[in-house]
Amino acid sequence: MLHPITTTHYLALSAALLLIGTMGVLARRNIVIILMSIELILNAVNINLIAFSNHLRNVNGQVFAIFVITAAVAEAAVGLGILIALFRNKETLQADEIDLLKW
Amino acid sequence: MWVDTAFFYFFALMTLAGGVLTVTRRSAVHSAISLILSLIGVAGLFLLQKAEFLFAVQIVLYVGGIMVLFLFVIMLVNLDQAARERQFNRQWWLALACVAAVGAEVAYVLYRGAGAFRLGAPAAPVSKMGNTEMVADVLFKQYLLPFEVASVLLLAAVIGSVVMAKKRI
Repeated sequence: MLHPITTTHYLALSAALLLIGTMGVLARRNIVIILMSIELILNAVNINLIAFSNHLRNVNGQVFAIFVITAAVAEAAVGLGILIALFRNKETLQADEIDLLKW
Repeated sequence: MWVDTAFFYFFALMTLAGGVLTVTRRSAVHSAISLILSLIGVAGLFLLQKAEFLFAVQIVLYVGGIMVLFLFVIMLVNLDQAARERQFNRQWWLALACVAAVGAEVAYVLYRGAGAFRLGAPAAPVSKMGNTEMVADVLFKQYLLPFEVASVLLLAAVIGSVVMAKKRI
């Protein structure tokens, strides 16, 4: 027998997706995949906002999700631009090999 | 409704499996395609939560826009060397420990907090308007100033990315 889906299910899913994304940001070396993991984290936030928007029958959560998506678009565009500039100068995209500011 | 439950587990599995594959794949193109799978799963969850407008935005903007941008950048930079090297940095065990600690905290809060947050039955629907109409109503009345600020942010992002990716200004 399947249980009905509650808001808590969505919160648990969102938390799991957040943790997967955090693991990607912290542990991967490839900067492209770190940026993709940031997209995963932002999607986890959006699931949370939409779940509470539906739970409280308040549309403000969806408007906030639109702003989160806007910020994600801006972040991806600028991040990928920086990445191309970085690759042109350093010929590598491994996060631990780019250590110009490291003492 | 058992159909809702089945669809929730289907999309949740799609989202989580896509996320795990994104983080673990060696090739960046495989990661990007797994991320597309995950984003489509999130879009399905939006549809289940009666956010039809955001479902469309998710498909058009994320899958159609951001992921194409990612694939273009993967094509522009040479990742063959990176695919042959180590994929995880040396502190991956520390990262795993931190993530496990945060996961334990969140699980505890979700387990114990369901009562504290009063996550009871959802409230009754307030209006008969469609989803897109409601979002537009709130976005262009209550959040008009943040909306304009977001457009300035996008302009700054456009200029910033052009400046960054250009060889010489």
